Amino acid sequence: MDSHAQLAMRRAFFGQASTGLATAALATLLGKSANANNDPLRIGGLPELPHFAAKAKRVIYLFQNGGPTHVDLFDWKPEIQKMNGKPVPKEFVGGRRFSTMTGDANNKLMLAPVEPFAQHGTSGAWVSEFLPYTSKIVDDLCFIKSMHTDAINHAPAISFLLSGAQIPGRPTLGAWLTYGLGTETENLPAFVAMTSVSKNTSCGQIFYDFYWGPGFLPSKYQGVKFRGSGDPVLYLSNPDGMSRPMRRGWLDDIAKLNTMKFHSVADPEIETRIAQYEMAFNMQTSVPEMADLSGESRETLDMYGSQVEEPGTFAHNCLLARRLVERGVRFVQVMHAGWDQHNSLTTELYTQCKDTDQPSAALVQDLKRLGLLEDTLVIWSGEFGRTPFIQGDINNRPRWGRDHHPYAFTLWMAGGGTKSGFSYGQTDELAFNVAENPCHVHDFQATVMHLLGIDHERLTYRFQGRDFRLTDVHGKIVHDVIA
Amino acid sequence: MSPFRNQYRILFTWLLLLALLSGLSSKRMIASPPESSQHVSFNRDVRPILSDLCFTCHGPDTNHREADLRLDQHAGALSVIQVNDANASEIVRRMLSHDDHERMPPPKSNRQPKTDQIETIKRWIDQGAIWEEHWSFMPLIKPAIPVLDTGESSPIRNPIDAFIQSQLLSSGWKPALEADRRTLIRRVTLDLTGLPPTVNEVDDFVADTTPAAYEKVVARLLQSSAFGERMAWDWLDAARYADTNGYQGDNERTMWPWRDWVVRAFNANLPFDQFTLWQLAGDMLPDATLEQKLATGFCRNHMINGEGGRIPEENRVDYVMDMTETMGTVWLGLTLNCCRCHDHKFDAVKQAEYYQLFAFFNQTPVDGGGGNAKTLPILAVPNQEQKSQIEKFDAQIRIVQGEINARANELLAQQLEWEDRLRQSPQFFDWKVAIFLSATAQHQKLKIEDDRSILASGENPTNDVYEIALKPETETVATIRLDAMQDKSMTKNGLSRADSGNFVLTSFEVYREIFRKSPDTENEGTTSGVRVKIVDAKATFEQGEHKISTTLDGDSKTGWAVWEGRIVDRSHSAAFYFEEPIQLGPNERLVVLLRHESSHAQHNIGRFRLSTSSNKNAAIEAFEPEFESALAKPAPERSKAERELLVKRHQQSDDATKSLEKTMSGLRDQRKSVVAKIPDVMVMGERDKPRDTFLLNRGLYNDPGPQVTANVPASLPPLPTDSRADRLAMARWLVSKDQPLTARVIVNRFWQQFFGIGLVKTVEDFGSQGEIPHYLQLHEWLAAEFRDSGWDTKQLVQLIVTSHAYRQSSRFSDSSIATDDPENRYLARGPRFRMASWMVRDQALAASGLLVQTLGGPAVNGYQPEGVWEEATFGNKKYKQESGESLYRRSLYTFWRRIVGPTMFFDNASRQVCTVKVVRTNTPLQALFTLNDVTFVEAARGLATQILNTPAREDAVSIDHVFQRVLARTATPSEKNVLLTGLSRSRHEFAEHPNNANSLLAIGDSKASSDLDRIELASWTTLCLAVLNLDETLTKE
Repeated sequence: MDSHAQLAMRRAFFGQASTGLATAALATLLGKSANANNDPLRIGGLPELPHFAAKAKRVIYLFQNGGPTHVDLFDWKPEIQKMNGKPVPKEFVGGRRFSTMTGDANNKLMLAPVEPFAQHGTSGAWVSEFLPYTSKIVDDLCFIKSMHTDAINHAPAISFLLSGAQIPGRPTLGAWLTYGLGTETENLPAFVAMTSVSKNTSCGQIFYDFYWGPGFLPSKYQGVKFRGSGDPVLYLSNPDGMSRPMRRGWLDDIAKLNTMKFHSVADPEIETRIAQYEMAFNMQTSVPEMADLSGESRETLDMYGSQVEEPGTFAHNCLLARRLVERGVRFVQVMHAGWDQHNSLTTELYTQCKDTDQPSAALVQDLKRLGLLEDTLVIWSGEFGRTPFIQGDINNRPRWGRDHHPYAFTLWMAGGGTKSGFSYGQTDELAFNVAENPCHVHDFQATVMHLLGIDHERLTYRFQGRDFRLTDVHGKIVHDVIA
Repeated sequence: MSPFRNQYRILFTWLLLLALLSGLSSKRMIASPPESSQHVSFNRDVRPILSDLCFTCHGPDTNHREADLRLDQHAGALSVIQVNDANASEIVRRMLSHDDHERMPPPKSNRQPKTDQIETIKRWIDQGAIWEEHWSFMPLIKPAIPVLDTGESSPIRNPIDAFIQSQLLSSGWKPALEADRRTLIRRVTLDLTGLPPTVNEVDDFVADTTPAAYEKVVARLLQSSAFGERMAWDWLDAARYADTNGYQGDNERTMWPWRDWVVRAFNANLPFDQFTLWQLAGDMLPDATLEQKLATGFCRNHMINGEGGRIPEENRVDYVMDMTETMGTVWLGLTLNCCRCHDHKFDAVKQAEYYQLFAFFNQTPVDGGGGNAKTLPILAVPNQEQKSQIEKFDAQIRIVQGEINARANELLAQQLEWEDRLRQSPQFFDWKVAIFLSATAQHQKLKIEDDRSILASGENPTNDVYEIALKPETETVATIRLDAMQDKSMTKNGLSRADSGNFVLTSFEVYREIFRKSPDTENEGTTSGVRVKIVDAKATFEQGEHKISTTLDGDSKTGWAVWEGRIVDRSHSAAFYFEEPIQLGPNERLVVLLRHESSHAQHNIGRFRLSTSSNKNAAIEAFEPEFESALAKPAPERSKAERELLVKRHQQSDDATKSLEKTMSGLRDQRKSVVAKIPDVMVMGERDKPRDTFLLNRGLYNDPGPQVTANVPASLPPLPTDSRADRLAMARWLVSKDQPLTARVIVNRFWQQFFGIGLVKTVEDFGSQGEIPHYLQLHEWLAAEFRDSGWDTKQLVQLIVTSHAYRQSSRFSDSSIATDDPENRYLARGPRFRMASWMVRDQALAASGLLVQTLGGPAVNGYQPEGVWEEATFGNKKYKQESGESLYRRSLYTFWRRIVGPTMFFDNASRQVCTVKVVRTNTPLQALFTLNDVTFVEAARGLATQILNTPAREDAVSIDHVFQRVLARTATPSEKNVLLTGLSRSRHEFAEHPNNANSLLAIGDSKASSDLDRIELASWTTLCLAVLNLDETLTKE
């Protein structure tokens, strides 16, 4: 069809925008041209993607801001117990730098895990008693215990994990994926971010908007922040006094006037504008519908725990994450702050675990129950681990803490083509440094991309003359974690 | 219920949007591969291919160069090229090779040449392989203006048109006709002021039939103060200007005087070379003015990381890198950040050269520790009112000081008389310093000095109690006096070793002790004490509630202290009056306890002595020990300090002086409160001692490589040799005649402002990966013209907006244009694109009559949905929306919190790092903003109110009025029909639901006019809101 005929077709359509005639014809017409790949549900993205068959189609990233203590939660090392109260052996410290709170790590005293560990499931994974619910689903999880990163402070480390660079300004994982793979919903944002923090925490970590930023990608790839109070999406509600039918009427009028304008100046941008306003109207329905939990069964709600019906909590956000991905959202980033236990291992760490353990496990189980886990990748990670040695006075138990530790930490994944009941990599006997199968942040990113059918070296974007990618010039896929 | 139930319902809208977007962004290059007969230009056609495919391994980066082959230099390229014979050239053979080991680029590199790229290279070789240096690094020489045949239908209004039309015509295209006057005045007014034209301005222009009517409008706009505000926006994006530090803590800074300076500089048309010098090195200019120093705030707009545990030097290096890279992007159009870690892959900038540029900025004393939003160096920048207030106070202070001096002279004449009088007062020499028998403290060491004072030493404890046993030198004791004395071992020669030099004496107790010899031994004995009752106490000074009387109240929380707002710098005394005078027997003594038990840690008196008097009214004025001894001496024996002390005390005892001093301190306080409100702006400075700069391996602050000295990259003209290589020299070099990048880069960004896209699309990259401008000659001419005009910014802007290229209609004259030139790179039509979000807002405020056009000042917090800051910061940062005029200021003045930017600006730079590229996307969220945000609803009501206040109103005419205010034109009959139908729908619904009308009208801080019919006003508000959301309204066309 030549462009003139196409133009005529669109004119015919827009002449009847309010009645919605010619919808099917248009969808067919445009669907073919917009959708070069074989995925009938997919909207947008790059035609050459995926590079190969994807195991995961969408991602829920449960980001635990602050650096959860791998030593107390997942990385069971009897030797730490034995070394409790003794100085860190020098050979473990080497020339490694720590935050200015620790300074020189030499002569710092080792601190045993606060709670006991036990083995769980048929996989026999060691998990601390801090996490009773996670313990129950270990056979669905794929642990990486040999994570390590380059950054020792929160914002740079989170930025590094999410965007591949410590300094803000690069696209985050969610932005890359929606840029490359598009989305599967036309009436919800492709990339959603939600944040929460435990009540009464002393945590001072901030949710910077560059954690879900588009970097140098066009700003439409930015994660849309769903809010914990008020409208879930900014400016979603019509002004007071403007009823939905009235709004509909005026939007039809705007479309008519815009169509007249299009007839007179023929700028295709005007057609974009018309579609943009139509989508805005749809979002006004679809977002509240998505956020309305009244259709969830009591059983489901109970599974996520007592806070699930309270907007702004991690539990609530986990359930919303499920509702978002089942409606076709590509990437959901659920962030929970407060894991920064410099002096609160015996206090706030309990709250932190209580608020996140059950919902995280419930989300995995819920997705599994709905058959979505198979092609939904769930990631649970912080930005680094915590020192196996103590921060604070070993005789002052209520103020025990651990400092930032980039040299080893643990994360887990579930679904999305990862092995279940599996653990990859090892730290040394003090959980201090990686001893076996190291997995650098860039390796992890390359692996996630791979699960989504993307060759991390080929998904690039030219900015300032250079082809940038999430993994910079690094990244080795960890094939061992892939099922 | 199927979770996917909505999947197809409205699929078409999204599909349509994406189809349109992808259509628009389709990479239909203007520079399509040259036909075989066509001349292949190395710079235009070949270098981009080599850069993209080959330079990574065969380019400027020495560390990753393969096979010692360099294709970015002529000699290297010749080693793989057989001139005039492509098929015999190694480079072609390798690109076409089927052998994976031979093929270039290597198969696994993800860089595969396209057939037409290989063809281009072949043709270039066959045509003689003529080499050209990279265009943007070559000297900037003004090209000749093409001469076109006269009689063309399109006007050549200035050389811009000559360049464009000569190229357009040769490719068979024609420029569009001039836009109609209403479109044109709206376009140019938005472009030069960021605001829509008023109805009168439009009418005047339409009615003006003189040939220079348009030029008159442009001249008027260039003179308007809104011009500077408009131009400032893009500069602020580039300068990463914001009102907070960014990062954790995100402390508020006061850089806004710098922002106001930018506006003034644009309005005053400060030549761009000066604009550059001032911002990069204004502090180093000879006799730098306050404005010149203020301008250097540009360099200090970087983020500051106050996260706990950050290593200060790591931060500092980050800041200096940010300064360096921002300069690189803004003036040189170079992506220097690549060279932090390695030689540039594509451009001739080496890693060492990056650190040579870094060295210019590395001499600032800026420190990386902590999140202080006033990290030194800072500059206090008073506004006009503050300046005049301070001048006023200074004048008054001078007058009062004169009076004090005059009075002092009078007193000096009476000095001897006063001294005599004092000496003769009966109680003056009643005091005798006691003989100390022992002095001990719970924690410190007390030593009895030769001058009969007692000095405390040893570690200064939190609290302490002194016990002094003494024998009075007076026969009877009616009063006991404590002198707290200055000493060099105290803080700043003060009275204690606390930070303030202050003490808190919580209790003063006197015991009368009878010393009984033990029957067994000669020397040891037992004592029994009786507390002496003290009924009154006086002190030379009391600090607020810390009265001397509290030393007698038995409460260890209260005590006597002497802080006067500065580290204590004089001695103080107190007298304690006994109920009854006592007379001590030969085996009796007095024991005095001085307790320092307050919560003020370490506030222990450091040096002191105790005296007694038999006079129960012993005078307090003379308690000061230094004064006492000075007065006692004959005049000729007094030291200079003693003479001065006596004069000073004389003045202090004088009522007239006291009253003058009181006036003076009032003035000083007032002056101080004005000074406290003066914003401090972070600015640049140079260290006294130069800091050495090293190449940092992998960009890591703690991994220094070889030392480097400040210099500019070797591929560009050298620094002038007549001055030292410092920041000022670098700034001068940037705007020197021979340095070709600045002019090229800057004119391109101004072009981008008006046409939505630069002549060089990659505004941020003028290196070999950047675009070579389609209108290269035009770009060269414009850059040279700008430089040769004396960097006259307004002239450049005037030149651009008076060209036919700018004035032509933006209509798509036929449907092929949308596919042939979607981005308008040929410039065969006028610019048409969605305005920046800030302009959309300012336009709505202006059209509604709500806009408050106050220039400058602190940033304001306008409408923002509740909880945005709070949610991002766990409630640490509370958003306090302002009221009244602040809500209607121009967007430029909106407070920019860096960690969670204003929600009202979409598609804008985040102001975290330097951003020069303009981004325009379309998302539903943007539509939700302009449809639902308070500003727009209130603006719609403002607009409706104006309309309804027109006498003898008629609906159809009123719609014209709305259109005139927003779109500078009247509505067509069919537009009116649509809107009239909508209006009647609204009237109908509001009549049925009057509460809805009331709710709608209650939106916004301003009150709805009570004179107008509610239903009418609400209905028109909905109509105006629709008009504010039309594509034409959101678009500059």
